[in-house]
Amino acid sequence: MYPSRFRYEAPRSIQETISLLHEHGDDAKVLAGGQSLVPLMKLRFASPGLVVDINNIGGLGYHRADPDGSLRIGALCRHADLERSALLNGMQPVMAAAAPLIADPIVRQRGTLVGSLCHADPQGDWASVIAALEGRVVVRGPAGTRTIAMADFITGPFQNALEADEVAVEVIIPAPRATPAGGYLKLERRVGDFATVGVAVAVERTGERVTRAGIALTGVGGSTINAAEAAAALVGQPLTAETIDTAADLAAQAARPRTDHRGSAEYKRHMVRTFVTRILSSEARKTSTADGSERAA
Amino acid sequence: MTMIFVEPDDEAATDVPVRRISFTVNGQKKIAEVEPRLLLSHLIRRGLGLTGTHMGCDTTNCGACTVLVDGRPAKSCTMLAVQADGHEIETVEGLAGASELHPLQEGFRAEHGLQCGFCTPGMMMAAKALLAENPNPTEEDVRWALSGNLCRCTGYQNIVKSVLWAADKLRPASGAEPDGSAAEASTEVTAEG
Repeated sequence: MYPSRFRYEAPRSIQETISLLHEHGDDAKVLAGGQSLVPLMKLRFASPGLVVDINNIGGLGYHRADPDGSLRIGALCRHADLERSALLNGMQPVMAAAAPLIADPIVRQRGTLVGSLCHADPQGDWASVIAALEGRVVVRGPAGTRTIAMADFITGPFQNALEADEVAVEVIIPAPRATPAGGYLKLERRVGDFATVGVAVAVERTGERVTRAGIALTGVGGSTINAAEAAAALVGQPLTAETIDTAADLAAQAARPRTDHRGSAEYKRHMVRTFVTRILSSEARKTSTADGSERAA
Repeated sequence: MTMIFVEPDDEAATDVPVRRISFTVNGQKKIAEVEPRLLLSHLIRRGLGLTGTHMGCDTTNCGACTVLVDGRPAKSCTMLAVQADGHEIETVEGLAGASELHPLQEGFRAEHGLQCGFCTPGMMMAAKALLAENPNPTEEDVRWALSGNLCRCTGYQNIVKSVLWAADKLRPASGAEPDGSAAEASTEVTAEG
């Protein structure tokens, strides 16, 4: 399968990228990892007149922690870099849990986190993870730089808040104010398939009490679902069987699954409840056994 | 240096935006003039005539077209040929030396790691990347690393054994792991050879 004919530019700077996007508007598409865009172009679901390949721009492949504890992930940081990251393993358990579950090992070598967010697939895993962590997308355009909260970044299925002449350059995960915990669980029929259901749960705790919580759902609606009520129900509470049940029920209610070849709506809703319960119960067990020290074996 | 020209279809070539790229394939420098929509897999197979790289699903699922780009595995049906500009590509043809097989190829032979052989080039390239990163993989590591490559014949058992066989062969003899499966594999080498 061939994509339809397009022009190709490989700029060396963000500034040059923005100029090209400004000049060509909606007819241009940014190519980073290409693991979603190239298949879409081959199937002719996307036929941009101009492909702007940003892979030759130096200095975008990073992920690093700022002195204040916030994390920055550059536009060319590949899933595989995150999967092998000692930094994530040490300080960001939800992202560390999700990284090995993205697509398959070979796709992870090229695909990027930022590209995955921009692609805004309702079944994309990173969007839920970054939403649960209250991440922000840093965007550059002719007018300068702006920052968009993840909750506002995805505007619908395969739609994001970028203007035609803007490019997403990095994602920022705000510094945790207490001990970060949580996880990502994904139900897939086989490696590399889209998520039947994915659940991201991020919590921060001071002592026994949850001081911040984020829950977001993959694959159970027209776009990434922010289960804000479920998360809010946890704040100020200890993780007990009752509070976990309440959050899991609220998350399941927030899901808007449809019956398809991957499973019935009822089954998917049930899996949301199960995954929220599993992640939170595992966190509750960690503190009761490890006396407050996280990441116990 | 080799000059090749690839035209993806029969349309008049006058308006076609062609780009000149230079890259290496299995250590040899190449220059090509390609249309941006040409896929890397097609450049390799039709432009360079290296048909060891197979096109399976053409939808980023099966991994038969896996090659190494600067040492990292990539599904070549999901990369534009123009993106190879300035990079090093390695295909299955680059594995064997002039007179001897690569340990991975020997392993697939010794352990019957293929039946129809269609997925084999992709399996070997993914395995090569794994062994470069982790010379002492467990069975689980091998299964994980090959989970982006589909095989419809073998049920994967012998593919996994083949990669472990190669890992054992590639390990420096002095630093051999005191590991049961490795010892078993060495016995078989002797029996085979």
